[in-house]
Amino acid sequence: MAKVTLTVNGRAMAGECDDRTLLVHFIRDRLGLTGTHVGCDTTQCGACVVHMDGKSVKSCSILAVQASGSTVTTIEGLAVQGELHPVQAAFNQHHGLQCGFCTPGMVMTAVDMIARHGGQLDEATVRQELEGNICRCTGYHNIVKAVLSANEQMHGAQRQAAE
Amino acid sequence: MGMEGIGARVTRKEDKRFLTGKGRYTDDMVVPGMKHAFFVRSPHAHARITGIDASVALGMPGVIAVLEGKQLQADGIGNLICGWMVHSKDGTPMKMGAWRPLAIDTVRYVGDAVAIVVADSAAEARDAAEAVMVDYDELPAVTTSLAALGADAPQIHPEAPGNLIFDWQIGDPAATDAAIAAAAHVIEIDILNNRLSPNPMEPRATLGIYDEAEDHFTCYTTSQNPHVARLVMSAFYNVAPENKLRVIAPDVGGGFGSKIYIYPEEIVCLWASKKTGVPVKWTSDRTEAFLTDAHGRDHVSTVKMAFDKDHRITGLKVDTVANLGAYMSLFSSAVPTYLYATLLSGQYAIPAIHANVRTVYTNTVPVDAYRGAGRPEATYLLERTIETAARELGISPVELRRKNFIRTFPYQTPVIMTYDAGDYEASLSAAMQAADWDGFPARRAQSEARGMKRGIGMSCYIEACGIAPSQAVGSLGAGVGLWESAEVRVNAVGTIEVLTGSHSHGQGHETTFAQLVADRLGVPIASVNIVHGDTDKVQMGMGTYGSRSGAVGMSAVVKALDKVEMKAKKIAAHLMEADEADIVIENGDVKVAGTDKSLPWFQVALAAYTAHNLPSGMEPGLKESAFYDPSNFTFPAGCYIAEVEIDPETGKTEILQFVAADDFGNIINPMIVEGQVHGGLAQGIGQALLEEVRYDENNGQLLTASYMDYAMPRADDLPSFSLSHQNTPCPGNPLGIKGCGEAGAIGSPPALMNAITDAIGINTLSMPATPLKVWSALQAVQMRQAAE
Ligand code: FES
Ligand code: FES
Repeated sequence: MAKVTLTVNGRAMAGECDDRTLLVHFIRDRLGLTGTHVGCDTTQCGACVVHMDGKSVKSCSILAVQASGSTVTTIEGLAVQGELHPVQAAFNQHHGLQCGFCTPGMVMTAVDMIARHGGQLDEATVRQELEGNICRCTGYHNIVKAVLSANEQMHGAQRQAAE
Repeated sequence: MGMEGIGARVTRKEDKRFLTGKGRYTDDMVVPGMKHAFFVRSPHAHARITGIDASVALGMPGVIAVLEGKQLQADGIGNLICGWMVHSKDGTPMKMGAWRPLAIDTVRYVGDAVAIVVADSAAEARDAAEAVMVDYDELPAVTTSLAALGADAPQIHPEAPGNLIFDWQIGDPAATDAAIAAAAHVIEIDILNNRLSPNPMEPRATLGIYDEAEDHFTCYTTSQNPHVARLVMSAFYNVAPENKLRVIAPDVGGGFGSKIYIYPEEIVCLWASKKTGVPVKWTSDRTEAFLTDAHGRDHVSTVKMAFDKDHRITGLKVDTVANLGAYMSLFSSAVPTYLYATLLSGQYAIPAIHANVRTVYTNTVPVDAYRGAGRPEATYLLERTIETAARELGISPVELRRKNFIRTFPYQTPVIMTYDAGDYEASLSAAMQAADWDGFPARRAQSEARGMKRGIGMSCYIEACGIAPSQAVGSLGAGVGLWESAEVRVNAVGTIEVLTGSHSHGQGHETTFAQLVADRLGVPIASVNIVHGDTDKVQMGMGTYGSRSGAVGMSAVVKALDKVEMKAKKIAAHLMEADEADIVIENGDVKVAGTDKSLPWFQVALAAYTAHNLPSGMEPGLKESAFYDPSNFTFPAGCYIAEVEIDPETGKTEILQFVAADDFGNIINPMIVEGQVHGGLAQGIGQALLEEVRYDENNGQLLTASYMDYAMPRADDLPSFSLSHQNTPCPGNPLGIKGCGEAGAIGSPPALMNAITDAIGINTLSMPATPLKVWSALQAVQMRQAAE
């Protein structure tokens, strides 16, 4: 057994788990945060993406013990006081989700993508960046639209402020 | 239409919970005392089980039980069944072999379940499963349908000699043969439809809970049709009588057909819960999903299409062999017959059609409906054939299609279907315009100048949705009726619950069904709740598949709303001392037409429940239910155009544009309809370019059992799509809806393959058109050209 301490969505949490427990299972089963999903066994689908110390990671490919001591944001921690994050709002506005299973991972990936590219996103870049997230429902069309729209909203506002 | 009514692009009510991680899927369910299951599965494609030894496993940490098939059988749990009887052309019934939830003496595909291990944690169950010793005597295996029909093929079920399940036909063989004999031109082509894995992103899962105090079972499951699951588990598998079994399908993360069926795991977990006295949860991993979720397609066909000298189609002869895998899944017999061959007329007037279909057992996972189910196979066959015919006859594929279009309705095809309405010319012209079809030669020249190969292709599809008239499908062998039920409950404060037997697995029913109510009663969609997916809440239902929730499910809601409206009007007329015929419901108010007399909706509802002042003899309350049985199938149709560019150096195909022009009848929410088309297109394009389930033909091992080996379409494999609608209302149901869930997957593969073969300059190429296949085909063309 290993002891794991994490700051998750702003709250300090601690728990015991098997050495072999993956971060995603720790989050789902120990912390009861079931918004983070498991869609594959080979690190391909991205349903499990969370932010660890500010970077998007596939929580199915990290042991909980490896993550111990870090700060984790899951999909449950993205909206602030009930107010949807601009990426969440854009997914709603542009119908970027159907069954919703890939959605938490998509949203967490998109938030990180928008931050990393500093507003410089176009359709081709978004499509390439989504390579590690599989959606079977939407054909990605509206996901791409939602990411570009959120990017525009978040960075367009910044650009305007700078001008 | 109103801001939230029929036709409005309303954003979805259900989105917020999914976007904030609050969706509740089966694997998210936790109940007190819950334990975890792992299934011991056959590593062999075909073998005799000579012994099972669980003694080591039983001593491992956390293990509660290891249960096997003999115990299940001793407890009277029945075999899995196929619910649609198909007869061979000689009149004999299909030959169904036994499918035990846990195999007892023989395993027939890699992944066949042999035993269940229940333990404290999923990891402990998995560890212990590895320690369960199963002794097998390996038998030879066969994975392809043609090989399974061979004289020396291994025999898979004793009930089906030669592995032939049925040999069925439809249409008029003599008339078709005569048409071919008399034809000016006959086009012959072999068509393969590649085997696919549906791959909803949420893997299947189930949680079986036995309550000893009530002698009652609850089954949480990833199902598109929880009521059908309950019915089948009660009536055929003897899990429990219906009144002692509650099936709940909470949020379902996609299905595409694969979550229609009842699989062994639901049955075994329920039974195991009673056996062990603890709730038992099982969640599939992705490899297990590839190994055990029903696959789709897998047809091998030969086609002959006859033309007269004016290029009118005079006959179509099709011979198809369909691989149904190791066992007959719930609707497997209907897919390559009534959902396939009945659509072989396509959009064309073909006077004589004959199709022969043989279905066979192989040592592969069962094959059943996958998005489109039979209709993609029919469309692919027909649209590849007509395209090839145009090339061989030397005329434009557009003209050949136009010349043969059905133009008057209703139209009776020679293969059962009566098309009720459509305008195929409209979608064809719209698609051609959107794709700038006429500008293609110039674009091709530009590509050629860059050393690239450019091609364009179209497909004109028709499909049958809104399944289905119960009497008609009953006469064709269906074991169930295909109506839908609805209940509309108006609360005393005027808010509304709609209970429906349809069940969303991504389609957005919580929004669209509420839009329907908003349209009728003028109440905001926020005051309408949709209740579905729970057999204790909704009395009965047939579920969501075959693009039926709008055409059939919503029609039932309309019928229930009719009754609610009638009663509300009676009450309002009584309260306002007006004539019932003068009462109208508008914008949430109940009014006397032509006067200023009006009551807000909630007051009428309240009056129904206070019952202080109701028309004499009227029962209190405002709640009505209805069943709707469709009078016909619906016939969505459209035209898709793909334009591609191929790099001859690598064989990689890039989709430059993909245009879809569809006729879905009336539309409730265009945003959601577009989303359905996008998703369908992605799956159809996946079939054409990327996806294929492959078994090792020597030993029956599944070679494509993970996302490393099975190419799922990713964002950068696909273009953005260009969509339009040319809708002709469906005359067959009250809302004029045809259905839109499957069209994208049906119409897109042939359009893309027609474009790719156009670019390469060949007629035949099998799906998926991988870079290697395309590159090899280009090399062959170059060698041929060099030799000439
Ligand atoms: S579950 Fe982590 S990538 Fe699929
Ligand atoms: S919305 Fe269903 S997998 Fe993406």
